[in-house]
Amino acid sequence: MADNGDDDNQYRIKEGDYVVLKRGEIFKAVQIQPRKKVIFEKQWIFLDNAVGQLYSTTFEILSGGNLKPHELKDTASPLDAVETGTDNRNIVDDGKSQKLTRDDIEALKEKGLKGQDIIKKLVDNHATFGDKTEYSQVKYIKKKKKKYENTVMILKPSCRILAMMYHGREPGKICHLRYDTLAQMLTLANIHAGSKVLVFETCAGLVLGSIMERMGGYGSVIQMYPGGGPVRAGVENFGFPAHFHDTLHEFPICHVNALLAGTLDTSAKDPTAENTHEKQLNLAAEKKQNQPEAEEQGTPEEESMVTNTGDDAGQDVEKTEKDKLKEAKAQVKKLRLEEKQRKLAATAALLKGRNADGLVIASRFHPCPVLLGLLKFLSPSRPFVVYSQYIEPLIECFKKLKECGGTVNLRLTDTWLRHYQVLPDRTHPLLLMSGGGGYLLSGTTVATDHSKPAGSKQAEEPAPKRQKLEDTEG
Amino acid sequence: MSFVEYSDFIQDGDVAIIYLSHNNVMPVKVQQGAQTQTRYGVIRHSTDLIGQRYGSKVTCSKGWFHVLHPTPELWTVALPHRTQILYTTDIAFITMMLELKPGSIVCESGTGSGSLSHAILRTIAPTGHLHTVEFHQQRAEKVAEEFKEHRVDHLVTVRNQDVCKDGFGVTGVADAVFLDIPSPWDAVGHAKVAMKKHGGRLCSFSPCIEQVQKTCEALQDQGFEDISTTEVLLREYDVRTVSLPLPDFGPDPETTEEATPAAPPNHASISLKTTTLPREMPGHTGYLTFATKPRT
Repeated sequence: MADNGDDDNQYRIKEGDYVVLKRGEIFKAVQIQPRKKVIFEKQWIFLDNAVGQLYSTTFEILSGGNLKPHELKDTASPLDAVETGTDNRNIVDDGKSQKLTRDDIEALKEKGLKGQDIIKKLVDNHATFGDKTEYSQVKYIKKKKKKYENTVMILKPSCRILAMMYHGREPGKICHLRYDTLAQMLTLANIHAGSKVLVFETCAGLVLGSIMERMGGYGSVIQMYPGGGPVRAGVENFGFPAHFHDTLHEFPICHVNALLAGTLDTSAKDPTAENTHEKQLNLAAEKKQNQPEAEEQGTPEEESMVTNTGDDAGQDVEKTEKDKLKEAKAQVKKLRLEEKQRKLAATAALLKGRNADGLVIASRFHPCPVLLGLLKFLSPSRPFVVYSQYIEPLIECFKKLKECGGTVNLRLTDTWLRHYQVLPDRTHPLLLMSGGGGYLLSGTTVATDHSKPAGSKQAEEPAPKRQKLEDTEG
Repeated sequence: MSFVEYSDFIQDGDVAIIYLSHNNVMPVKVQQGAQTQTRYGVIRHSTDLIGQRYGSKVTCSKGWFHVLHPTPELWTVALPHRTQILYTTDIAFITMMLELKPGSIVCESGTGSGSLSHAILRTIAPTGHLHTVEFHQQRAEKVAEEFKEHRVDHLVTVRNQDVCKDGFGVTGVADAVFLDIPSPWDAVGHAKVAMKKHGGRLCSFSPCIEQVQKTCEALQDQGFEDISTTEVLLREYDVRTVSLPLPDFGPDPETTEEATPAAPPNHASISLKTTTLPREMPGHTGYLTFATKPRT
């Protein structure tokens, strides 16, 4: 409980941090970079002044885009000493109640008037404000606050905040996965520290990042990816410490069948790597030729190269420089490819045991083949969850799984989410609610029963005969 | 076996989950020499369970079932109820909205039957801690026993006291507080004290809207921010194949047999893979109110 400087440090905004900007219900994920212009809600902002401040600080956006910590002025609320009416029977909505024009308001904004003061001016120039009921006045102020208050809060990213952000801002990027559905997935798949989880997602990395957050850097996460490389932009937004990335692996699904059949050759050199290697030797040889001083004799290979490349004596020193650069680049490329091969072999080793603890699928791909292909990597008695924006593909998955056996506790579900306004005498559900958040298919693997004839449906459990038996649990 | 770590083989002393059928699961305390009765016959622990893989099929005299490794989700549907419990749908939403993760320090009251407690422990392991308060002595003792059996007792402290009078027993340590008690507004002040100075998240679960109103007022008075109330409901779809008969309007005078070779002659119905919803579904569990404690 000691309140020392060190303790505070982890709660302070640092340069390079990934943060989330918030105003009302609008979120945006950005990285704190010096002198970088960031656009948020139609305003240009510089985040430099946020560095060193505490997370969850509210900032005012000054004209020019710089930030200043917002002081809550304890000035009189615009509602003090204002009369109120009883109902709206005499209020006519003729659009003429507000005396300030849009230009007037713009002028005030340009003068640098704070949001609070603009609202006071609006109230003062409102012809029928005093006729409104108290509730109506509060509602009016709230609405104007939303429009004119020029503040932004800087938050530390979390799964909750990022899931809400993506759903509100770019639902298409996350297959319209609503945040409560994501919450269900993380729990149903029993994501926890120390397990080995397989993920197949095309949700910009949001699902992957959420899983990593729940694993806290313990255990391992293997991202199975389609195409050329894993998409992980969303993971960056979480701002994980570097060591979290040690737990993250990837594996291309184009090699899944080979891995399952035991025919995946993870030691095979990439053909382009080989060519590069040879090219590199040639360049080294050329370079040797061009050196005025006699160099030490290298490996036998190099020696033979030297004799073979003949007599190109008299090449420019310039070319040597270019060759050196090419050589260096080729060396880097070679190392990178070797590293990639090594990682692939390591990931394949993680998968080969077919003892993963959980499987999460959330993509635009048809879930059925993805699920059937990846289920094989799970131990028995482990959960899996599949998300789909549409229900029909999951119906197919359900049917297929019932036919194949090997799973129990299959459930096809969706969740319904409703928000409430809670105010004295004004409590009710909000007027709009989310239409749909996608569907989930969840279940648990069991040991596959090889004695059962293929294609037989999982029979109804045999009818119990006699029941009168005492429980003799130890 | 533990509720926070997987293992592969069933051992003496484990708590395993017997999966009999959909919506029919029961917990079993595995013991050398013990027996358990089920609708399908007797389970002999020493031969049927100990040493077997989790996920194995066990055959009894009148049928078979599978043995599963315990998870908080299976525990929630299998546990013996001492009180009304929270189900996975609400638990999952609470977990995310309270931003729980490994290392989180959480305060909870009332513990009840421990449904949510197990889910929290799973999420905050191995470095977090749960301080849970239950004012009913027997329930407090029972749940402490279960935590020990489930090998999670090192992650949790159970206190038998009244949270509204005596608080959570800790100060300035919690990242998150959860309240599921009749008068949460009386515990808001204590929650604030238990939470870290830097701030944290709070959730209150109440079945009645009046409770929600009072709680929101208390949260506002105590300086909490981002106060929001939500409810989340689960819909479960029943997957089935149905057969829809086709009407017979009599032979079509316009077309000839050759023109429509595709139409099978005696096609009287269409088979359809679809879902149906149950006649009744859970329509309400409780309102979830979330808030953020700012830095104090």
